[in-house]
Amino acid sequence: MRIGDFKETYAADEAILRTPTVRFWTGVFFAALAVFPFVAGDYLIYLADLVGITVISAMGLNLLTGFTGQISLGHAAFMGVGAYTAAALASRWGAPIWVTLPAAGGAAALFGVVVGAPSLRIKGLYLAMATLAAQVIAEFAFINLEGITGGIRGINVPAPRLFGVELATDRALYGPIVAVAALGVWFAANLKRSAPGRAFVAVRDRDISAELMGISLFQTKLRAFALGSFYAGVAGALWAYFMRIVTPEHFPLSLSIHYLAVVIVGGLGTVVGSVFGAVFMTLVPEVLRGLASLARPYYPQAMTVLSPLTEVVFGALIVGFLLFEPHGLAEVWQRTKRFFRLWPFVH
Amino acid sequence: MDFLIQLVVSGIAVGGVYALVGLGFVAIFKATGIVNFATGEFMMLGAYFAYTTLVVLKLPFAAALAAAVVGCALVALLVERALLRPLFGEPTITVVMVTLGLSSILKGLAQIIWTAEFKSFPPIFPRKPVILGPAVVPSRLFYGFCIAAAAVALLAGFFRFTRAGVAMRATASDQGAAYALGVDIRRVFGSSWAIGAAAAALGGVVVGAIGGISPQLGALGLKVFPVVILGGLDSVAGAIVGGILIGVLENLAGGYLDPYVIGGSVKEVVPFLVLLGILLVRPYGLFGTREIERL
Repeated sequence: MRIGDFKETYAADEAILRTPTVRFWTGVFFAALAVFPFVAGDYLIYLADLVGITVISAMGLNLLTGFTGQISLGHAAFMGVGAYTAAALASRWGAPIWVTLPAAGGAAALFGVVVGAPSLRIKGLYLAMATLAAQVIAEFAFINLEGITGGIRGINVPAPRLFGVELATDRALYGPIVAVAALGVWFAANLKRSAPGRAFVAVRDRDISAELMGISLFQTKLRAFALGSFYAGVAGALWAYFMRIVTPEHFPLSLSIHYLAVVIVGGLGTVVGSVFGAVFMTLVPEVLRGLASLARPYYPQAMTVLSPLTEVVFGALIVGFLLFEPHGLAEVWQRTKRFFRLWPFVH
Repeated sequence: MDFLIQLVVSGIAVGGVYALVGLGFVAIFKATGIVNFATGEFMMLGAYFAYTTLVVLKLPFAAALAAAVVGCALVALLVERALLRPLFGEPTITVVMVTLGLSSILKGLAQIIWTAEFKSFPPIFPRKPVILGPAVVPSRLFYGFCIAAAAVALLAGFFRFTRAGVAMRATASDQGAAYALGVDIRRVFGSSWAIGAAAAALGGVVVGAIGGISPQLGALGLKVFPVVILGGLDSVAGAIVGGILIGVLENLAGGYLDPYVIGGSVKEVVPFLVLLGILLVRPYGLFGTREIERL
């Protein structure tokens, strides 16, 4: 039970890590993250890289949809813009990773601002439709702007170079991915308790009142689109380095929907929700694959059924969470923490 | 000139199908305020039900149409009762995501039951292409349009002249007032979903007859959004006009612009350019009612 917890300074009151226990376990978590690449097998590292990229992208979508309430069906397009930017810069001009990542984020942010521009005139469902249109148009552009994107064949991405070291394996890429993810999550957590972050939440909850209070709706929405797409662009760039190839097939509408599912299952509007959702939704297909291979001796068609079964399970997870746990895994986490914080006086 | 007429006529034919599916979408949105992102999957399900009736059960085409309509209506009733009734009053994004989740479930289930193989209907319509002046329309497209037009007329008549249709329009206009006057709102919700799914199913049968059936048929359902936004999300006339317009614009763009674009899939992107345009210029569409936000 948490007792004797009182704050004497504003800084302590606003802190993200509030008690020594929390700080200790956060330290343990980061230590585990640091040790992980030295002890884990190849497949686990592959999964960890995938989770890391998903965390970054989901964090961006959560900033846009969870914090600011703008439903975006174009997240895959933003990732694609970032991925193609990084791929083009790296393959054509040999740019190092510390140039391509911000450039990818910047390009995606620019695209995000263009997509978000209609938010001056439309909102809610209609804005979601505009992002859907942007997604389809972007897919078309990826295929047809062959000069920049290489068309259907895509762009082959060389391994990233960092301080002269070539990061050619998944294991080598783990460091940059986790570092960027940690930075992104920390930035978002800070944003939540700052004025721009609170402006986002105000726009989500009651945008007309927010405007009356002096928050510029248009600027805030554009900022949200820019920030969310920046995250997506950086995640897309990391994806390009991870896959070593970028093709238009990597960024369909179903990826946008997948990310919406990730943030909803994780918890809309929370920072930990993006992390939980990313981990959960990346591990679900792996668990299903394990189950399918276990079932193969008894049911020989298990592997062909695996792909549609994964789709069904994803859909069922989305529906199930929305029906029974609409605030997602973050809410489950909060309830658990509350239980232990208040024990034995849980109510 | 002949080329232009050909494009316009084909566009109207395709537009009829879009109008039918759009009408189904509008039926659901008008009565319940829910945006159904699973429209494409109901189309796919209708096509598969018809396929099973025709090929596995070897029944005539009329039975296949009936099976598609009734089957999808039943699925929609089940969905409305189990998934959407509990979420009454929840924010938009929750309901949107539930319909998206539903579309994943339906697509996966269809692939498990009917496999991912591309299937086609046995020949149903006469083979000869239909000649309308200078335009030549493939027979499947022409008869598909006839089916779609008949369904649209039926639906429009239903909304206008039957008690149930009027009850739906009343609920759409003002739920509270309709309830006070004795309209069973829950039954209206259920029947609007059933009608929406039935319309989508018919559209799916037509699309399947024209182009074949696969679990990806639902991707066509995305095109319903340009149609209904152009026409107005809650307008029956708008769905019809929007459908025809999108069909014609799509064909015109494909016919004239395809040679200049390398990938050649201008037809896919034009409806969404129109969508973007109409959202910026006139978001409530040609015939939609303007939403007035009350504080």
